[in-house]
Amino acid sequence: MAFISSGYNPDKPMEDRITDIGPRKFDEFLPPVIKKNFGEWDYHEILEPGILVHVAKSGDKVYTIRCGGARLMTTSHIREMLEIADKHCGGHLRFTTRNNVEFMVDDEAKMKALKEDLASRKFAGGSNKFPIGGTGAGITNIVHTQGWVHCHTPATDASGPVKAVMDDCYEHFTSMDLPAPLRISLACCLNMCGAVHASDIGLVGIHRKPPIIDHSVLDNVCEIPLAVSACPLGAIKPTKTELQGEKVNTVAVNENRCMYCGNCYTMCPALPLADKEGDGIAIMVGGKISNRISEPKFSKVVVAYVPNEPPRWPTLTKTVKNIVEVYSKNARKYERLGDWAERIGWEKFFELTGIPFTHHCIDDFRDPAYYTWRQSTQFKFTSHVK
Amino acid sequence: MAKHPTPMLDELEKGPWPSFVSDIKQEAEARAKNEKGLDYQIPVDCPEDLLGVLELTYHDQETHWKHGGIVGVFGYGGGVIGRYCDQPQQFPGVAHFHTVRVNQPSGKYYTTDYLRSICDLWDLRGSGLTNMHGSTGDIVLLGTTTPQLEEIFYELTHNLNTDLGGSGSNLRTPAACLGKSRCEYACYDSQLLCHTLTNEYQDELHRPAFPYKFKFKFDACPNGCVAAIARSDFSVIGMWKDDIKIDQEKVKAYVGGEFAPNAGAHSGRDWGKFDIEAEVVDRCPTSCMSWDGSTLKIDNSECVRCMHCINVMPRALKIGDETGASICCGAKAPILDGAQMGSLLVPFIPVEEPFDEIKEVIENIWDWWMEEGKNRERLGETMKRMGFQKLLEVTGIDAIPQHVSEPRNNPYIFFKEEEVPGGWTRDIADYRSRHQR
Repeated sequence: MAFISSGYNPDKPMEDRITDIGPRKFDEFLPPVIKKNFGEWDYHEILEPGILVHVAKSGDKVYTIRCGGARLMTTSHIREMLEIADKHCGGHLRFTTRNNVEFMVDDEAKMKALKEDLASRKFAGGSNKFPIGGTGAGITNIVHTQGWVHCHTPATDASGPVKAVMDDCYEHFTSMDLPAPLRISLACCLNMCGAVHASDIGLVGIHRKPPIIDHSVLDNVCEIPLAVSACPLGAIKPTKTELQGEKVNTVAVNENRCMYCGNCYTMCPALPLADKEGDGIAIMVGGKISNRISEPKFSKVVVAYVPNEPPRWPTLTKTVKNIVEVYSKNARKYERLGDWAERIGWEKFFELTGIPFTHHCIDDFRDPAYYTWRQSTQFKFTSHVK
Repeated sequence: MAKHPTPMLDELEKGPWPSFVSDIKQEAEARAKNEKGLDYQIPVDCPEDLLGVLELTYHDQETHWKHGGIVGVFGYGGGVIGRYCDQPQQFPGVAHFHTVRVNQPSGKYYTTDYLRSICDLWDLRGSGLTNMHGSTGDIVLLGTTTPQLEEIFYELTHNLNTDLGGSGSNLRTPAACLGKSRCEYACYDSQLLCHTLTNEYQDELHRPAFPYKFKFKFDACPNGCVAAIARSDFSVIGMWKDDIKIDQEKVKAYVGGEFAPNAGAHSGRDWGKFDIEAEVVDRCPTSCMSWDGSTLKIDNSECVRCMHCINVMPRALKIGDETGASICCGAKAPILDGAQMGSLLVPFIPVEEPFDEIKEVIENIWDWWMEEGKNRERLGETMKRMGFQKLLEVTGIDAIPQHVSEPRNNPYIFFKEEEVPGGWTRDIADYRSRHQR
């Protein structure tokens, strides 16, 4: 391959440099019907799973078809979307905050043609390129992270487990049969990039072994005080050790205090902790972001560990599916998963789902842990009380 | 013939959900064919090597990316996430696999011309792989080599009039819900506020000057479609101050079954006939609604604007006319000292160009946090360490009951010395004159 210059001159790097121009302004890209009725919408309806209509005060309508997306996508795939948008939508499209893609048209006949076209497109392996759904009280796309595709701190993959879970929950993406929307998110480590801490179901990669200390390079590649202060539990202290007859500065990890969060590795490349047998996924439930009826809630850990089982993570998908189905069967209309679990009590949640309760789920992190224990005699007798 | 066998990844081509594996394979094939005759600026088999290293990772179950990576473009301190494979001999196509964050238009509306020009740029100078979009909002161009970074940046700025997004200890790329563009609940123009503040604070976005990262997100109503309250240090959430508008005829149309509740969001199951008492009046968190069989009433002074009744009957109930926003501060993920959601700082603020009131709150917070925040301490943690009162003080906001979900239950109360008559300088001799030892 021969180098092709863009016009940039590496000998004069600051010459002709444009900076601080920010993003393109959104209104350059709005479809005409959106631009015309901006801020003048009257109401909307969900016509069927994945298809919305917004009606403006002027009487104008815009039909939206929402399609699932893998988030990790190629330019070939994007170009196919562009071809569809050129063919049906006057060259406009948008993406949602959960990484679905939305195609918009301004009349019903166009919408039907678009729908037919989208539904017909499949990848060579057989999966749908543009599954229509993700609206109303169902399961929409999974907000997720980089995993083994690009990140250096994950305890699990992202794209793989997400594909496996969405395949299993697909019927709820293409229908609106749950008591309320159910948001699933995945993060591949405790940094929790994305929305795991506030989702109906959150999947988070965890480690179970303390870091391995690369004493031979640690002092050369790490700012030791940063590694020390990176620990939420004060498990790391600076120390000296003898290595091939030479004294080197390094750190010591108190393994009884370490809960394997991996934040010291984020700060110090000489403290890797990934491990095939150790790593896996914790499952959290009951979080929400909206202020509808109840206030926003954090998700809570209900399964401390399921193993990584590439390529399809069967234990994970089975556990998620079970939670979804038990919630679906028992919750009342409009009740988010967290609202339901709090109404019936967590002991009932564990009984109905059959998820074994273990000591790992009892909070032991600093002062606030106390507030998660039960300061009351109010409880329900379940199979847990022997 | 694929370069590396990928038996495990091949399993992820099955099933109905769009397969990222099938997609990457189609890109690998397209690059191999190279119908446009491009002189690819990074290895043509980059996507195949990505599948190769991912397959190896599925076998080893430990990531194969080296720690960190510091790359970028001159003039900026962030925007590119450097990444190197730890098996570069086996997978030379991803020996360098840097990510370029590109600032997205707010609300993520695009024209095909614009996205096509990004694809053209990326096909030539990158892997052909992307994330649409990163969690913070950026267009993510996934995988290129160091020498291409300046070339990509030059083309982005000169030809596409588009800048990089943020990374590092700075203002990250702001994001908004789609707001007034296609939602009748929008209380302010979240896209415009997002775009305006992104431009206002370009320096803070491109050149890390903060103790740690800082995010803005803009939700136009309390439904939280961009999750501002959970995913941004500074969350602006649309709000109204006057009454919910009720169209009684349309309420009757819901009761009569003419309109589907919640715009039809539950149509996949038979939940019975719409029951306005059970589904709206009794679910109101403040019980401020009543229905006498023909008229729906709302005691708006008791309403907390949770959106439930409006969400259930969007054709009959509308947000008020006196609109603005609330500001919540301090949301963050767990590391280091626990997850936080945004805490209410400003109950109601007007949101009108040029948004000076909002900028003032932002800049007051930054002045304080940039000085007092510890290394790698998020705003939420600084608030916990120094106290919510300090945040009120630096923003010049008076304490009001809305700032708490409940008053404190411990009596460890600090007073300012000037609040206490006589101050704190006291003489033990004077005390002893009244109290023998």
